[in-house]
Amino acid sequence: MSELSVIKHSLVTPHRPQVDEADRRLLAAIQHGLPLVPRPYAEIAAWTGLSEEEVIARLTRLKDNGVIRRFGVVVRHHELGYSANAMVVWDVPDEQVTELGRCLAGFDFITLCYRRPRRLPQWRYNLYCMIHGKSRDEALAQLEWMVNHCGLQSLPHEVLFSRRRFKQRGAVYSNHEDR
Amino acid sequence: MDATDRDIVNNLQGGFPLCERPYAEAAAKLGLNEDELIRRVEALLENGTLTRFGPMYHAERLGGALTLAAMKIPPQDFERVAQIVNGFPEVAHNYEREHDFNMWFVLATETPQRISEIIGAIEQATGYTVYNMPKLEEFFVGLRFEV
Repeated sequence: MSELSVIKHSLVTPHRPQVDEADRRLLAAIQHGLPLVPRPYAEIAAWTGLSEEEVIARLTRLKDNGVIRRFGVVVRHHELGYSANAMVVWDVPDEQVTELGRCLAGFDFITLCYRRPRRLPQWRYNLYCMIHGKSRDEALAQLEWMVNHCGLQSLPHEVLFSRRRFKQRGAVYSNHEDR
Repeated sequence: MDATDRDIVNNLQGGFPLCERPYAEAAAKLGLNEDELIRRVEALLENGTLTRFGPMYHAERLGGALTLAAMKIPPQDFERVAQIVNGFPEVAHNYEREHDFNMWFVLATETPQRISEIIGAIEQATGYTVYNMPKLEEFFVGLRFEV
């Protein structure tokens, strides 16, 4: 991959920046996509009754404060040849979750990494990561590499490959809990 | 998809410019001109390589909520339950996975309170337990699909 993954990390805490009515109008206007014209923000300005300058300023602020998480192409990974979608779940001692989560998130083939609650006795796993590979073998090879690199040999884990995808909205809300 | 398309997909998954002529600016970095970039993005949307070109929002920062939920459905009842679950507009995507916990879907709602209401409604409609698996901690990755 072209870019080193930027490894950040955060506890999920409620954090609500100010979003006013004009911001909401703006976000609604572009939620399905940016106009494909040379001055897209001018077009959005015309739809929302703002000026082009204001549209750019507001979007810049919404991006800086994290309301807009990413801004660009949203790919359909399956069509790009990433047909093996493996959700790998780990049973990690609570005090090691943060360290291991950071280690897993550092691999460029990992697209998501979260700590989630266990649901005992049915479900013991508390750390999740998603591998998108071009084949199952590739995904499993990546998993093995990761296990060795992060020293996870002794941790119970399972691989849940996807068999079918029923619904994939062109998700407007990111973090795509499960892509 | 040719080398130029791949370049576009690999380099425009984030960081689209916020300026008067954003396509021109992004195109320059890719060695293209504005018009060519617009036409290629249009074509990638039309042929389904891209689902969208635009922003991805952070649901929680807009007051909404997201969660991952799982269900354990006997294989013979899977289709019926899948139809019911997929019928809920709050279900963003739903995957069948190879495990006893064989159904995994994302719920997106306008408010955090709605999550538990929808979970209750799905349990009632299907007759099975829904395991709510909200994220407790997030480890950020560089979200990139290389093509």
